[in-house]
Amino acid sequence: MGKEKRQIVIPGETIVSGNEFLPGDGVYRDGADVVAGRYGIADVTEKHVRVVPISGAYYPRRGNTIIGTIVDITFNGWLIDFGGAQNAFLPVSEVPRYINKNEMREFLDFGESVIVKVWDVKSRGVDVSMKMRGFGKIDGGMIISVGPHKVPRIIGKEGSMIKLIKGATGCDVTVGQNGKVWISGKDSDGEIATKKIIEFIAENITLVGLTEKVENFIKNMGFKSNKVEIIKENTDEDSVEGDKE
Amino acid sequence: MDKGLYTKREDGRKMAEVRPMNAKVGIVPSADGSASFETGNTKAIAVVRGPRTLHPQHMQNAQTGILRVSYGMMPFSVSDRIRPGPNRRSEEISKVSEWALSSVIDLREFPNTVVDVFIQIPQADAGTRVAGLNAAALALAHAGIPMKEMISAIGVGKIDKTLVVDLDKYEDSEYHDGEGSTDIPVVVTSRTKEIALLQLDGKISIPEFKETIEMAKKACGDILKVQMDALKNVTEEQDE
Repeated sequence: MGKEKRQIVIPGETIVSGNEFLPGDGVYRDGADVVAGRYGIADVTEKHVRVVPISGAYYPRRGNTIIGTIVDITFNGWLIDFGGAQNAFLPVSEVPRYINKNEMREFLDFGESVIVKVWDVKSRGVDVSMKMRGFGKIDGGMIISVGPHKVPRIIGKEGSMIKLIKGATGCDVTVGQNGKVWISGKDSDGEIATKKIIEFIAENITLVGLTEKVENFIKNMGFKSNKVEIIKENTDEDSVEGDKE
Repeated sequence: MDKGLYTKREDGRKMAEVRPMNAKVGIVPSADGSASFETGNTKAIAVVRGPRTLHPQHMQNAQTGILRVSYGMMPFSVSDRIRPGPNRRSEEISKVSEWALSSVIDLREFPNTVVDVFIQIPQADAGTRVAGLNAAALALAHAGIPMKEMISAIGVGKIDKTLVVDLDKYEDSEYHDGEGSTDIPVVVTSRTKEIALLQLDGKISIPEFKETIEMAKKACGDILKVQMDALKNVTEEQDE
């Protein structure tokens, strides 16, 4: 991510002037000016200008990991509500095993939750897949909602924050870019503790040196904040990427 | 020229002075976007939800998302209780607010969806539609809706023979001496300085009208500063 110029811009505000700049997401060109087309942080990387959202609804992007709920079953797939403008579609062909079309409810029923990957974003909706490792049906644990703009902080730099939580509580934590977090552990005490830690991060997102404060918070809860790398492999490698393209 | 009867404003403001303003975004954390805007004793809050799937389905537009604005005054916003629910006036204001906001937002990325804007007035002292529009523009920006530019709104008018900016309740509806009072809500866009809404009932001459529009544009510049400050001073996440 470029660090040349980062500032909050409002719609209609000129970010930079000059024909050499390329308008990207959330940006439009008006004569020589490159103008913000939405509210967010202006990011000028070399000649590429874009606006990174800091608030508002979740807009899916290709490659995102999302957590959602089955709201409808059609003849060739499932519709998933993930908190976006439209529902996501999971075709039968994008699940990791053969499904008899008459018995789709056996595999995924109404109200069940899934972790899926965004495969394609079209104006009509979102196509998702669960064919890769780490994606699939959610069984047990709990899902909490933190909002899409807090996700990068909960994941931390290269997953550091997640590793910290996992190391301390022994719970598995999967973060969806749509602002939902799945916590799954051996017992509900550990899950509740993990939930408290994540809520603490979500509330204190603006603090500087958040990692240290989270470490202290974990210590006060009676956990050892051991920075041991977890042996069990991360199930959400793909979600560890904040808001890169 | 005859100076008329209204030579001094009853609250001591200058003729072209806007009441003290205060704006804030993020007042409703569960919504996609929210804002409050106050001028003097007029308070407005706006909440944005969406884009989300639009029902009933026959209202959906396959080419673009649509905007739906609902304006309402709270029952306790004025000294006489207002019967809650839609009425002729609130329906009209909802509609004109929708048109004014539609001119700056772009929902082509979200076909078949709706963006709902709810404007509520907890306390009214004239100029509620412009306060509501200022709050709505802030809330839409805060919700991350694609917008070409911001809008700022102000009520200007004429009291007897004097041109004034930002009328309060006394000036707007209780002053009847001489030629009485005329109120013109004006919405100005932030970048192109175009007029997105203009309503007028009452009497005003063409030269006076032109002058009030200039006064409105100037006042909208001040309002835009307040709106910008509200949006720029949010202490939301910023990865260092």
